[in-house]
Amino acid sequence: MARRSILVLKQLFTKSPSSDSPIFLGLCSRFNPNRSVTYMPRPGDGTPRAVTLIPGDGIGPLVTGAVEKLMEAMHAPVYFEKYEVHGDMKKVPQEVIDSIVKNKVCLKGGLATPMGGGVSSLNLQLRKELDLYASLVTCFNLPGLPTRHENVDIVVIRENTEGEYAGLEHEVVPGVVESLKVITKFCSERIAKYAFEFAYLNNRKKVTAVHKANIMKLADGLFLESCREVATKYPGIKYNEIIVDNCCMQLVSKPEQFDVMVTPNLYGNLVANTAAGIAGGTGVMPGGNVGADHAVFEQGASAGNVGNDKILVQRKANPVALLLSSAMMLRHLQFPSFADRLETAVKRVILEGKYRTKDLGGQSTTQEVVDAVIAALD
Amino acid sequence: MATPIGKGHRSLNLTLRKELNLYANVRPCYSLPGYKTRYDDVNLITIRENTEGEYSGLEHQVVKGVVESLKIITRQASLRVAEYAFHYAKTHGRERVSAIHKANIMQKTDGLFLKCCREVAEKYPDIKYEEVVIDNCCMMLVKNPALFDVLVMPNLYGDIISDLCAGLIGGLGLTPSCNIGEGGIALAEAVHGSAPDIAGKNLANPTALLLSAVTMLRHLKLNDKADRIQNAILSTIAEGKYRTADLGGSSLTTDFTKSICDNL
Repeated sequence: MARRSILVLKQLFTKSPSSDSPIFLGLCSRFNPNRSVTYMPRPGDGTPRAVTLIPGDGIGPLVTGAVEKLMEAMHAPVYFEKYEVHGDMKKVPQEVIDSIVKNKVCLKGGLATPMGGGVSSLNLQLRKELDLYASLVTCFNLPGLPTRHENVDIVVIRENTEGEYAGLEHEVVPGVVESLKVITKFCSERIAKYAFEFAYLNNRKKVTAVHKANIMKLADGLFLESCREVATKYPGIKYNEIIVDNCCMQLVSKPEQFDVMVTPNLYGNLVANTAAGIAGGTGVMPGGNVGADHAVFEQGASAGNVGNDKILVQRKANPVALLLSSAMMLRHLQFPSFADRLETAVKRVILEGKYRTKDLGGQSTTQEVVDAVIAALD
Repeated sequence: MATPIGKGHRSLNLTLRKELNLYANVRPCYSLPGYKTRYDDVNLITIRENTEGEYSGLEHQVVKGVVESLKIITRQASLRVAEYAFHYAKTHGRERVSAIHKANIMQKTDGLFLKCCREVAEKYPDIKYEEVVIDNCCMMLVKNPALFDVLVMPNLYGDIISDLCAGLIGGLGLTPSCNIGEGGIALAEAVHGSAPDIAGKNLANPTALLLSAVTMLRHLKLNDKADRIQNAILSTIAEGKYRTADLGGSSLTTDFTKSICDNL
C-alpha cells in the first residue's frame, strides 16, 4: 500500500501544474518558488506589542486611522495606545513621553506648529526629549507612479537635535535678531556613525555628506571632519561631499547619483523634501526618527505643516506614506512577514492606479485607498 | 572667484557684496525654449537677501568640539529686500510675491523677516502676497514650478532655492543673475562657481554670463541691444547645432560664441 501511494505521489508531482486538477492544487497550493529562507522567531515573539499612537492634527487622525484599520485587517501583533496631542499644547504631556519610553516605539501623525508664535514646535520637543537624533526619509520611485525622474533611490539621514533648530534666538536691539546655529562634534559624530552603519546594514554603496562649509567654515567644517573620520572606518563604502546648493541642483537633474545622504538639521529638511518631491511627493514617502532607545515613525517629509484644510474636509489625505512607515515599524519590531505583506499590498494598489488620492493625480478618498489596500493583502 | 572650503579667508564674492552693499540678488529662471528639460513651464524670479542672514561669517568655537554660527536678521535689511521684490514685481508685471521662510522653527528671525514682508505687501495691494515654508516650497518646486512667480527670501534659503531653480531649467551654465545695491548699483554675474576642473580648456558655457550681461544692459535701459543679444542666444540654443558639454553637445566655447555673433 505504501509503495502504491509513493507511485501515485510521484505521478502527481511530475505532472505539469494545471488549474483544473483539484488534487494537485490541494497538495501544492502553498508552494511559493519565491519564498526566501524562513524567519525563525523566538518563542513568545508573537505576543502583541504595544505601540504608542499619536494621531496629531490636521490630516493626522485620518491617516493614523488608516494604519489602525490595516493592522486590524492583517491581525498584526501590535496594539495601539492612543494619546491626544495637539500643536497648541505648551509641551508634550508627560504621560505620552512615559508611554513611548515604556513601549519604545511610536507612530504619529503630524503636529501643527504655530507660525511666528511663542510656542516651540512639539514635533521638535518630542525629538529632543527622547533624543531621537537621526531622522530618516527614504525616497524611491514607486512602480506605476509616473514621475519626472527615474532611478531615484535615496535615503536622507538628517541630524535631528541641533544645528539651526537649537531654538536659541534673541533680539539684540529692536530690529536686530540673532539665531544661533550650534554644531557639536558629539552630535556630528553620532549621526555620521549612524549613517555609515545604516549603509553597511542595508547594503548601500555610497554616503554623501551635504554641507555649506565654504561659507560656514567652522560649523559645517566640524560636521565634515566628523564624517570623514567615520568614513575611514568603513573602507567598503564610498564617501563624498557636496555643497548643499549644488546638491539641490543635482537632485533635480541627476538624482541617480545619490544613495545615502547625511546632513545637518536644516539642509536635511530641504534635501529630504526635495528628494521626496522628485520621487512622488510627501504623500508617499515613509520615514522615521530613531535614537539609541526609542523610535518614532511618521510620514517621511513634512506635509507642509499638517496638510491643507481642503483635503482634510474632503477626507482625501494620502495614507500611503504612513502605511509604508508602519511597514518600516513592523520590520523594526521584527515582524518581517507582516511588513512584507503590507508593503506588497500598498505597492500593488499604486501600480494598479485605480485608487489614488489627489496628490497623485487621482480622485479617491482616504477610505477608498485603505479599502483597496486591504483587498490587495495576501 | 574660488573660495577655499572649510578653511582660509572669507569668500571674496561675499566681501564684494558687503563692501558695495549689494543687498538683493535677482535671478530670473525661465525654461529656455528649444532646450528640453524635465520642466517646461518654469518662469520665476528668485530675489535673495544678499548681506546678512546665515552668511554673516560670525562663527566661533565655544569649547573644543562645540561651534556656534550666528544668523542675523535685521529689520532694515529685510525691509530693503522686500521693497525691492515688490518694486520689481510691479515694474515687470508680475502678479504674485511669495516669501519663503522657516518661521515655525526660527520664530524670531524668520518671524521678523515675514513681518517686514507683510508691511511692504500692504503698500502694494494689487500684488498678491503669500508665505510658504521652505520645505514645502522645495517640494512644490520640484513637483509643479509653475505655481511660483516672484520669490523673496533670506540669504541661505535664497542660495539653495535659486540653485534648485537653476537645476530645473538646465543648470548653472544658463542662469544669469544681477546683484542690486543702494543708489542703483548693479553687478551682473553668472551664478556658477569658478569650475576649476574645466578651467582653461575652452569648454565652459558662456550663456550664463552673456545673459547676465543682457540683464545689465536692461538695467542701463539699453533695452533694444539687450533684446538683440538675448534673441541671438536663445535662437542659437534652440537651433541645437552648437551646444557646450553641459547642455549635451560638444562645441567649444569659442564656436558657441561665434554662432551667437552670427545670429545677431
